Amino acid sequence: MQAAGSAPATSSGEKALTWFGREPEDAAIADADPPAADSFISIRNISKTFASRRDLVHALAPLDLDIAPGEFVSVIGPSGCGKSTLLMMLSGLTAATTGTVHVGGKRVQGPISDLGIVFQHDVLLEWRTALQNILLQAEIRRQDKTEALKQARHLLEMVGLSSFADCYPHELSGGMRQRVSICRALLHQPPLLLMDEPFGALDALSRDQLQVDLLRLWSDLKMTVFFITHSISEAVFLSDRVVVMSPRPGRVEAVIPIDLPRPRRLAVRETPAFVHYNHTVTEMFKSLGVLREDPA
Amino acid sequence: MSDNPMRKPAGAPLRERLVLPFTLVVLVVVWQISVSLFHLPSYLLPSPSDIGIEVAANWMILLQNTWVTTVEVLLGFAMSVALAIPIAVLVSYSKLFKQTVYPLIVGSQTIPKVALAPLMLVWFGFGLAPKVAIVVLVAFFPIVINAVVGFNGISPQMLYLASSMGATPWQSFWRFRLPNALPNLFAGLKVAAILAVIGAIVAEFVGADSGLGYLVLVSGTNFKIAEQFAAIILLSIMGTAFFWLASWTERKLLPWHVSVRSSEGR
Repeated sequence: MQAAGSAPATSSGEKALTWFGREPEDAAIADADPPAADSFISIRNISKTFASRRDLVHALAPLDLDIAPGEFVSVIGPSGCGKSTLLMMLSGLTAATTGTVHVGGKRVQGPISDLGIVFQHDVLLEWRTALQNILLQAEIRRQDKTEALKQARHLLEMVGLSSFADCYPHELSGGMRQRVSICRALLHQPPLLLMDEPFGALDALSRDQLQVDLLRLWSDLKMTVFFITHSISEAVFLSDRVVVMSPRPGRVEAVIPIDLPRPRRLAVRETPAFVHYNHTVTEMFKSLGVLREDPA
Repeated sequence: MSDNPMRKPAGAPLRERLVLPFTLVVLVVVWQISVSLFHLPSYLLPSPSDIGIEVAANWMILLQNTWVTTVEVLLGFAMSVALAIPIAVLVSYSKLFKQTVYPLIVGSQTIPKVALAPLMLVWFGFGLAPKVAIVVLVAFFPIVINAVVGFNGISPQMLYLASSMGATPWQSFWRFRLPNALPNLFAGLKVAAILAVIGAIVAEFVGADSGLGYLVLVSGTNFKIAEQFAAIILLSIMGTAFFWLASWTERKLLPWHVSVRSSEGR
């Protein structure tokens, strides 16, 4: 595995499916230019190196990425490729070893709070009801209570949990809990939603439902979503663009624009175009050695 | 999924609630019958009726001594909490404290507290103070240990969440860390409630002129075994009452917690 090296160019403007041209000359285009004017998130030359007991671990090779305002971008890659690290650096919760991140034109140099985060584990506070968990966001931010209550009820209704507002987390199913945690992340109507494998622990049916709910919220609130997942079909179903990452040290292998009509319904997963996108990503992971199978 | 939140009515069925009182009644009856059946002398094992007569005759003395011990226990317990919680907060927030004070606290637990009781008498005299000091010595430790475990038991993701909301350290403590630690805190408080009563008895054994522990000691030397039994029974009632009070507070404050839910037969 080569350690670092220039990442493939991934500026948001390009429409071509870059994975067709993974030749070295394409990879050399990467440039450390200032943040693009029209991008909401601008990641330049960012990398992360951990010091382990023995030596240095390169979790993330230098990479560039631009995300437009209101865009839904998924990052997909094998475990340990640095996806979560990338999310942590975006939110300023972890410092980058090299490179810069700009969110909304401002450089990230510490935890930023103008966002919502959803983790794989819902991290609901067990001592608060669903509604109180959502309102926590407004309490910490000292926002207007009546306005927050209205918004919280609206969000609960959008994810079909109106009648569960006064239930404690232990009275809710895993899927319901995660929906509450998404509502909490969106209460203050942040311009950015970061999601770290939010549906990874759910059963397949809940997962489908949550994907539909998330798309509904996204089209209503129009925030930018940065979504990390292990599921190829989930990434394709949800996203405007899918960022495919290589095994550690994570590099951007390709950025695939998903040209499927919106609003998307579950049935879109049966269309030839969807199947083709799935196939493309699967083949990429096979060529990366992430997926292996016996020769046919 | 039904529209009704899935909540069960609180409280166990009547039959379940009567099991314990019934057991106690049976125990007392068996005790009474055995004493008269085997002609046990009352200086070895007084019958429940003997003890009842004793309580009726000396209820004022028993009540006064119960009051003395109760004050010792309550004061000592309150001081333990007032000392232990801030120290636990410091230990979980300050690395220096964790490396200096905490090992000392843990290490000091190898000293049998009973052995310190005479020293407390020397230091604090003969009144209320040495008893309270010994109660604190005994009850302080389980509260500190459990509180530290609770405060440190918060998941990194919950701290990330707080941070992404822009929570101040103050908010982070009151909204996340403290409530998250409450189950552990109460585990410590319940152990401390029992130990506090034991601490008060030990203190009274070593040097006192009143209190239930003192009464147990004096009635024993005077062969007033029925009085001794009365005092012991009052002590066990006191210990049960303190433990029950701590549990009751826990149930009121933490209806959401697993330990509370399982004890209600969910």
